[in-house]
Amino acid sequence: MPDDNPATRRTLLQPETLRRLATSDTGFVFDPVTGDSFSANGPALAILRLAQTDHDPRAIATALAREFDVTETTAERDILEFAGVLRRVIA
Amino acid sequence: MSVLTIAITGMNARADNPGPGVAVARCLVECGRDDIRLVGLGYDALEPGLYLGDLFDATYLLPWPSAGKDAYLAHLREIHAIEHVDAIIPCLDAEIPACIASGPELRAMGIRTFLPDQAGFAMRSKDRLPEAAEAAGVATPETRRISGPGFFHACIAEGWSYPLVVKGAFYDAAIVHTPQQGIAAFERLAAQWGHPVLAQKLVTGEEFNLCAVGDGEGGMLGAVMMKKRAVTDKGKGWAGVCIADEALHDAAARLIRTLKWRGPCEVEAIRDRAGTHHLIEINPRFPAWVYFTHGVGRNLPAALLDLMWGRAPSFAPARVGSMFIRYAHDVIVPMAGFEAVVTNGSHTFAGATP
Repeated sequence: MPDDNPATRRTLLQPETLRRLATSDTGFVFDPVTGDSFSANGPALAILRLAQTDHDPRAIATALAREFDVTETTAERDILEFAGVLRRVIA
Repeated sequence: MSVLTIAITGMNARADNPGPGVAVARCLVECGRDDIRLVGLGYDALEPGLYLGDLFDATYLLPWPSAGKDAYLAHLREIHAIEHVDAIIPCLDAEIPACIASGPELRAMGIRTFLPDQAGFAMRSKDRLPEAAEAAGVATPETRRISGPGFFHACIAEGWSYPLVVKGAFYDAAIVHTPQQGIAAFERLAAQWGHPVLAQKLVTGEEFNLCAVGDGEGGMLGAVMMKKRAVTDKGKGWAGVCIADEALHDAAARLIRTLKWRGPCEVEAIRDRAGTHHLIEINPRFPAWVYFTHGVGRNLPAALLDLMWGRAPSFAPARVGSMFIRYAHDVIVPMAGFEAVVTNGSHTFAGATP
């Protein structure tokens, strides 16, 4: 089902696109539709996995800040930056 | 236990553009059946598959498809008298029309095939592909039969632009950027593959391929989808990854249903930035990467044998994410082996049991 939250649309990929991505603990990410793959570092992998189950960027930022002991502002900035990378590598 | 003899063509295996025959043979050797033996059929003494005794019990040379149906059948009868062939899997586009036309004679000899009829085969030909695509509701770039080099200057006024693709009747294609390049490609392809030569508008995007078997009643069986990760100078896959793209699967299923395709096929499509798949070609045979279907758990040549003998094949889910990478492999051929092919047109390997 499409996510109607404008904030989500602004910052993350469509939920169905995120959910289809296969991730491994090593940070290897594979898109089974396009065949593309890339490597994600620890924080990026954490963002991706959080985003696969929770579509609210603010909730993701809170969880990320807790996991990596950073401020929510820093976490939000990292999320935005990673979302930009994701949009470039995932069609 | 009775042993079935399966003849396979397409023994050419040049690294930049290999034929599918050796890959089909590998699939059948590794499919787990111990009641089949393989015979390789090639056209030239330097086709590597002719020397692969680990796959084939015997190999033979055939006359080129341009020699016609009668020559093809005459040679096949000679081979059949020695090898008692139970089925043949043609793997080259150019020989399939003769194989279809020879259907009654092959059946009379007890040789099974699993191919479309002439009308079905013609419907997927490169020059009629837009009709088939439209009927199936699949996008395809505008394609034009070219009767002469004048097209390459006149096409701009008709709404075409460069670069565009020039394609041979059976194989080969070139992306051309100028009328001069177009004319050179036209003349080369016409000389090599005959007419028609086709011009196709260029679609940019990523290429995706799907291999499956059509059951002849509209069903698509055992689809395996692949994205090329590395290609040769001719654009042939050197590495690829198994994908699961529902949109590509559905488009191919509609095409196969529309054509009521019977037999192996490969659907080639370009996915543009908007995510639309544009049909580029339907090849009427297994592709050279067909060993990958076995690699991801769906051995399509083995499934084809099931269909030939009236059994419904079963398929495990394809292992999405698996990858293939090709490499070049040198085969050492004793002088007697090359001598046998050059002088007799055949090569029987030690331990073979015709």
